[in-house]
Amino acid sequence: MRFIFKTDYAQDIRLFQHGGQVFWYGLLLVLLLAAPYLVSGYVLSQLHFICIYSIVGLGLMLLVGYTGQISLGHAAFLAVGAYTEALLQGAGVPFVISLTCAALFSAVVGVIVGLPALRLKGIYLAIATFAFNVIVEEIITRWESVTGGNSGKLLKAIELFGYRLASQESFYYLCLALTVLSCLALINLLRSPTGRAFVAIRDSEVSASCMGINLAYYKTVSFAISAALTGVGGALYAHKVGFISPEQFTLIQSIELVTIVIIGGVGSLHGAVLGAAFIIMLPQAISIAKGWLPDTLPQAGLQSVVFGLILVAFIIFEPYGLYGRWLKIRTYFDVFPFYRRGTFRRQRSYLRSERLR
Amino acid sequence: MFSQFLQLFLAGVAQGCVYALVALGFVLIYKATETVNFAQGDLMMLGAFFGLTASAILGWPYWAAILFAIVVMAVVGMLIERIVIRPVLGYPTFTVVMITIGVGYILRGVVTMVPGWGTETYSLKTPFGDAVLRFGGAVLAMEQLATIALTAALCLVLYLFFRFAKLGVAMQATSQNQLAAYYMGIPVQRVNMLIWGLAAAVAAFGGILLAPVAFVHSNMGFIGLKAFPAAVVGGFGSVPGAVVGGLIIGVVEALAGFYLPEGFKDIAAYVVVLVVLLFMPSGIFGETARKKV
Repeated sequence: MRFIFKTDYAQDIRLFQHGGQVFWYGLLLVLLLAAPYLVSGYVLSQLHFICIYSIVGLGLMLLVGYTGQISLGHAAFLAVGAYTEALLQGAGVPFVISLTCAALFSAVVGVIVGLPALRLKGIYLAIATFAFNVIVEEIITRWESVTGGNSGKLLKAIELFGYRLASQESFYYLCLALTVLSCLALINLLRSPTGRAFVAIRDSEVSASCMGINLAYYKTVSFAISAALTGVGGALYAHKVGFISPEQFTLIQSIELVTIVIIGGVGSLHGAVLGAAFIIMLPQAISIAKGWLPDTLPQAGLQSVVFGLILVAFIIFEPYGLYGRWLKIRTYFDVFPFYRRGTFRRQRSYLRSERLR
Repeated sequence: MFSQFLQLFLAGVAQGCVYALVALGFVLIYKATETVNFAQGDLMMLGAFFGLTASAILGWPYWAAILFAIVVMAVVGMLIERIVIRPVLGYPTFTVVMITIGVGYILRGVVTMVPGWGTETYSLKTPFGDAVLRFGGAVLAMEQLATIALTAALCLVLYLFFRFAKLGVAMQATSQNQLAAYYMGIPVQRVNMLIWGLAAAVAAFGGILLAPVAFVHSNMGFIGLKAFPAAVVGGFGSVPGAVVGGLIIGVVEALAGFYLPEGFKDIAAYVVVLVVLLFMPSGIFGETARKKV
């Protein structure tokens, strides 16, 4: 059992709370850096996807998990990032600038979506973002002179400072670096006044505004940062897949992104990464499990059922997600033998109606 | 010129009626439990499949098939409430929304696995035939007319039910204040379950009405996504709002498909909903919200 004896206020906002964290995160980083030499090419390719979805998951987690705003339209930001990257690369712009542009342009779109969001709450916001997603998808399909319509767009390998990142390993290091940077950026953001303001808005908008937090400003900022991260993820996604077309950015994709946040655990950065890894590994696990089942079952249907069952089961049995499960296991051993079932019990609030009473 | 407009308008109204039926399901559940049921479109799909089974495979008459689908779906709706929704009662809205999305995935997947349903596309025969009605230069298929008439009839039945039946009044009470309803002796949980059954039955009805127009397929539930704008435009939580919203979306869509360039038909509904939300954040008939701390 570990006691952290705090003697200084600065201790509260330290990046690492104690030596154990330095050790374990360091070990994780070393393993991730060594991964190209340890695992097969197929696993490495999956690691690409996990990194990319982690970046998107982190962006969405900031919005859903920390600011409490719902979005069912994040696939649209993913599309904006991917297409910006594809167009700029086609025009011969260097990768560093095109990636920055992808992030900035997504952020601008995020602000535009965020503006009506200032007046909308809960389910209305979800539906507004969802409508936005459909409209963006349709624009991409119809604006053939720029986006290539349904025939899509092809991308070449990244060129970074004169080096061509064509190999799996080099692209992996790029993805990993960007993932770690996004993680650090968000950790820093969340211990700054801006991050505290986000959390205050999530917990109670009325109290937050009474404390002098400008709701409109901070909600817009949250949308912008979330969209920018998603845009970066989209740019990497475009390079990973090598071919982008409108049907990759549908509402289904948006729902999958939200599922990352829910399964990982709402309100924790760990959750975004864990959720991303889970979502990427799920289809593989299903196709392995399919070997034991009768052949007549259709793959798509089976995947859909398992996906739905996992989502429902997580919400009913583990509302805090994968990270919450890990916290419970850790607490169990930390306080052994005094763990009680009620330690993490979630408080229910009946009748917290958003309607007039 | 005018007859063309009338033609489009009537086709839009017929399509809007189907949206209205799905939107009614959303509204019923939202009113009672403050949950938005993203699986409503998939319930409609399942209802259409049950109707198809009864009429095409078992060879029952059309009306018996409708009745069969409605009864089966009412049971399915109640089971979903009992198994999935009740354990998360009192959790944040978005959590419950995600659970209904999960239910939608399960329903869509299960349908493709059932032998005889699968991933094929089916059409459902109706007793209305190919007869048409000429009206002021416009031509209206009997099927469309039947859709409009049956929707109107269902709305009347629902209105009478909520106005006069004991259970209907209990449902209204539950939707307004669960705690107060509970103190008045209304078994709130059972009423919630019945409301899910009612919403699923309405969805089945919508599915069967839609079947002749859109074919029965495991992905036909995605039409429910068009019904969202309908419910939002009308204002979530308002039964007449759902009907009006559905009609608005249907008519706008039909007109946009003809008068505007290609592509606008598919997004017309969403543009309308964004515009409405921008100026009336809780829809046309929505209740004004006032947050208390």
